[in-house]
Amino acid sequence: MPAAPAAPAAVPSAPPRRWPDVSFRWLALLAAATIVALIFLVGWELYRGAHLAVMKFGVNFLHHSVWDPVADDYGAWPFIFGTLVTSVIALLLAVPLGVGTALYLTEIAPLRIRQPLVMVVEMLAAVPSVIFGLWGVFVLVPWLRDNLFVWLKKWLGFLPLFQGPIYGVSVLAGGIIVAIMILPIITSVSREILRSVPNLQREAAYALGATHWEVIRLAVLSYARRGIFGAAVLGLGRALGETMAITMVIGNRAEVSASLFAPGYTLASVIANEFTEATTDMYLSALFELGLVLLVVTILVNVVAQLMLRSLAGGGTGKVQ
Amino acid sequence: MADPIRLTSPLPSPRPDAPGPAAPVRPPPPGADVAFDIRDFSLWYFAHQALDAVTIQIPRQKVTAIIGPSGCGKSTFLRALNRMHELSPGVRIAGEPRLNGENLYAPQIDPTMVRRRIGMVFQKSNPFPTMTIAENVLCGLRLNGVRDRPLLRERLEQSLRMAALWDEVKDHLDRPGTSLSGGQQQRLCIARAIAVRPEVLLLDEPCSALDPIATAKVEELIHELKRDYTIVIVTHNMQQAARVSDRTAFFYLGQLIEYADTRTIFMNPANPQTEAYVSGRFG
Ligand SMILES: Nc1ncnc2c1ncn2[C@@H]1O[C@H](COP(=O)(O)OP(=O)(O)OP(=O)(O)O)[C@@H](O)[C@H]1O
Ligand SMILES: [Mg+2]
Repeated sequence: MPAAPAAPAAVPSAPPRRWPDVSFRWLALLAAATIVALIFLVGWELYRGAHLAVMKFGVNFLHHSVWDPVADDYGAWPFIFGTLVTSVIALLLAVPLGVGTALYLTEIAPLRIRQPLVMVVEMLAAVPSVIFGLWGVFVLVPWLRDNLFVWLKKWLGFLPLFQGPIYGVSVLAGGIIVAIMILPIITSVSREILRSVPNLQREAAYALGATHWEVIRLAVLSYARRGIFGAAVLGLGRALGETMAITMVIGNRAEVSASLFAPGYTLASVIANEFTEATTDMYLSALFELGLVLLVVTILVNVVAQLMLRSLAGGGTGKVQ
Repeated sequence: MADPIRLTSPLPSPRPDAPGPAAPVRPPPPGADVAFDIRDFSLWYFAHQALDAVTIQIPRQKVTAIIGPSGCGKSTFLRALNRMHELSPGVRIAGEPRLNGENLYAPQIDPTMVRRRIGMVFQKSNPFPTMTIAENVLCGLRLNGVRDRPLLRERLEQSLRMAALWDEVKDHLDRPGTSLSGGQQQRLCIARAIAVRPEVLLLDEPCSALDPIATAKVEELIHELKRDYTIVIVTHNMQQAARVSDRTAFFYLGQLIEYADTRTIFMNPANPQTEAYVSGRFG
């Protein structure tokens, strides 16, 4: 090998330039730090804004159910209640539908139509919120009022959930709209989860003589159950913060009612609606505190979702070999 | 192991609602010692022909090894035996493999019933991660609708003993199946496959991910299982084929080149290609 000694000699003569490496690392760190700082800043600003209300109402704020700007008396419970109820309704509707769609897309649909169907689902995610709101106001709410709600009242009216006057705009309408809006994320995350189930798992079940449904139950759903739970929690995070469309159909009344037909209000909606009219400092401060509550709940839910999805990717289901 | 309880009738009767000819006339069994009788069997993936007119008789309660270079259709052949190939897209077949004289591909035969009679173990161990060791073993029985607890307990121990795993796991049967080592997981998969008492056991390179000690255990196990089962094993390891099998089939480019007693294939092959392959000159 006559030429060999020459090659290594050439390398040290051009020492690698270190500054692009170093500066890139600092830039990246800066970018990451900005995001963290932004979150803290938002939290801090919200807290500062809410300070007045926090001082005055204390913990009572969370479970007090009066919202009366005229008397300067504020409680968050109707909004927390409305947010929770609509989110729960949304999850109850969207999780089975989303997971079912994902199962159909990964396990059942003929190969040729899978891609087009996936595109349709993704398109649902691209529809602007306000469009859903308009559709909700002009199509969904009248239909619910004249058909579904009447039917529910007739057959399930013995439940407190389905009693009382029917206006159309209601907590249930809000939940349904939010369900439609979180359907794409739940579907596409579930689909990714299901696609990550190794084929070997399916074959193990098939080789035992399982039918198609048994394969889905034994090998696919049980393997993916934690990831699907993560997808649902992620959907919950979205549902909690959903503002525009739900504001248009929920009725915006600060009430706590057992009936799903009654109008309600959510944290996000009341903030969006009342910021411009908040004339007193206390009023503004109470709105800020609502924002703080929403932020904390949403962050908690998202952290839980991320942890669940992460532990899944990190071999949480057990080592393979 | 004489087993009084058969979970699946050896010849599943046609489903009453299934269309097709009533009570097919069965040809006489081609000799009591033949399990699979396969004539002129071909298989295509879309336009690609993976098996070309394979004719082979696989003996009962013997070990038959399938050898050949990578891509020659060994796995394809094995999967066609229990109709697992039907899960791959674009598959087409010609020919009728028969098990005990019965056409496995007859229209009234449900592929899930075929797979209950013909168990399969894969190259990579694949226990169900959300199930315990015991649940993994009993999973096939539960699919068959067996609920009888004493029977399940008996089968659990029996199957794990047959898979030479009982002593290692008997004290923690409720740990996840995936908590075991790779070699133990593979034996767990074998236990899972034999728990339903299939007639045939198909093994697709069962030892390729195992260390020599685990491999030796599985080979010993194959020797044991031979008394009760017809076994077909795909392997890349010539020594393994020579050690465990009674008959050996050499496949090349989708064709069955030579099929004979293992001793003959390794000592005195008739075909020069076989000779070249077993002596390590290609493949
Ligand atoms: N699902 C499939 N779709 C299309 N072609 C396939 C499929 N499975 C296998 N093939 C092709 O069929 C041929 C035989 O494949 P097979 O897996 O049976 O080979 P093999 O002998 O088991 O190889 P190896 O020793 O590497 O496991 C190969 O050419 C392969 O590319
Ligand atoms: Mg193979």
